[in-house]
Amino acid sequence: MVKRTYEEINAKIRAGEAVVVTAEEVISMAREKGIEETAASVDVVTTGTFGPMCSSGAFLNLGHTKPRMRMSRVFLNGVEAYAGVAAVDVYLGATQLPESDPANTNYPGDFNYGGAHVLEDLLAGKEVLLEAESYGTDCYPRKKLEKMIRLDDIPYALLFNPRNAYQNYNVSVNLSDRTIYTYMGILKPNMGNANYSTAGQLSPLLNDPFYRTIGMGTKIFLGGGVGYVSWFGTQHSPEVLRGENGVPLSPAGTLAVMGDLKQMSPQWLRGISLIGYGVSMMVGIGIPIPILDEEMLRYTAISDEEIITDVVDYSEAAPQGTGETLGKVSYAQLKSGEITLGDRVIPTASLSSYLKAREIAEILKEWIKSGQFLLTKPVFTLPTTGEGINYRKIV
Amino acid sequence: MKQKIVLHFPSIVTEQPFTYHLIKEYNLMVNILKANINPRKEGRMVVEVCGDQEDYQAGMDFLQSRGVKISPLEQEIVWLEDRCTQCGACVIICPVGALVMERPEMKVKFVGEKCIVCEHCIKACPARAMEVLY
Repeated sequence: MVKRTYEEINAKIRAGEAVVVTAEEVISMAREKGIEETAASVDVVTTGTFGPMCSSGAFLNLGHTKPRMRMSRVFLNGVEAYAGVAAVDVYLGATQLPESDPANTNYPGDFNYGGAHVLEDLLAGKEVLLEAESYGTDCYPRKKLEKMIRLDDIPYALLFNPRNAYQNYNVSVNLSDRTIYTYMGILKPNMGNANYSTAGQLSPLLNDPFYRTIGMGTKIFLGGGVGYVSWFGTQHSPEVLRGENGVPLSPAGTLAVMGDLKQMSPQWLRGISLIGYGVSMMVGIGIPIPILDEEMLRYTAISDEEIITDVVDYSEAAPQGTGETLGKVSYAQLKSGEITLGDRVIPTASLSSYLKAREIAEILKEWIKSGQFLLTKPVFTLPTTGEGINYRKIV
Repeated sequence: MKQKIVLHFPSIVTEQPFTYHLIKEYNLMVNILKANINPRKEGRMVVEVCGDQEDYQAGMDFLQSRGVKISPLEQEIVWLEDRCTQCGACVIICPVGALVMERPEMKVKFVGEKCIVCEHCIKACPARAMEVLY
């Protein structure tokens, strides 16, 4: 029986002796040598995901002006940041559009720029136009501000994403007879394509299905820098149906994550435009999974063939919230480029990048192997099954 | 020979017939893939031209002598590889297989010579990694 503590694993990382493999590499190892032997040799398995994660954004403290200003409305490159936090504290949401954006008035809208692009521009070192308005107070007399700023000029920038890294997500198709434009991409009529969006066997929460090692304080790869899991994410729902391997069969767990924006990179936080839908951000996340015992190794050794998800019609069932599904497929099928649904063969496309997910798992592996990245034991782990929690109730 | 090319028409010639001459006098088979021609405005046409080498050359000389600029098709749409996030949302949108997912690497590849400049990929790419140059 293999047993490891966080302290033992960290001691090996410090000594440069930890055995670290990616969630992809561990699959073939477990197949060749078996669970027991692989668990005995591997200390940490790294995961990765790089896909559109809407519930993202940043808390910014814009610094005090002279004379001081209590900013009541704030715009960055025309994109409004929520200023109802404090005098110069704002939250810039990834999906926020500029006020001038025509949105879907000329359907389908382009959505070329939004909050996520502002964050990407800041990370790329570009100048951004800050505009602020105030009604003025005795202690904060200034009423107007227009200034070009860079990330370096912003005293404090905290990426805080309330819902990232969805544990499993459904596959979208379109049963109607017209093209539809969704957050799952362009869906051609009569099931012309099936779109999906997770990293499957590399995805963090699919490698620790019951959240035994992930919780508040877990140190992670976030947006190219170091971040932390700060809470469970919005809509976190551990009580969904699960397969025999424990892996949820539909969208389940989520993470709230945070980290210092200034040490992140525009390569791993990317503004994206979803035609007819809006703006979102591709977020790079990688989580190290400590192999505390054989059970954890078994979880991380899961492959795309064993991860199953629902196919959902985005012309009717998804928008109307009927909960109806059209069938189940595996990630191995989805990744092959086509799925079979009844007698129909449907080509597939992904919105999440498997190649980049692999790159993140590799980067995190190198960080740990070099001794610079230690594992943290969570203060508490995420709510799991049997706790009666369902944060995804539809009212 | 068979060649996909882009013809750029200066505004002063857009009201003259060209396709007619290419077919009738130069014995070329002209397949129009995409055209944007308006009176007294610069025009642009993506065509596939098929015929003998000699006829093809003579036809192209004729176009150029009338001020029509000819450019190879693959220079029209560019894939900005460093902007590409390798998600693959484009591959089911491209109607001719010019954007493909290489498996098992799961890497997007742009095959310029297959592209017909339909421009569907431009807005289908969430990262805006496809650009039209004209």
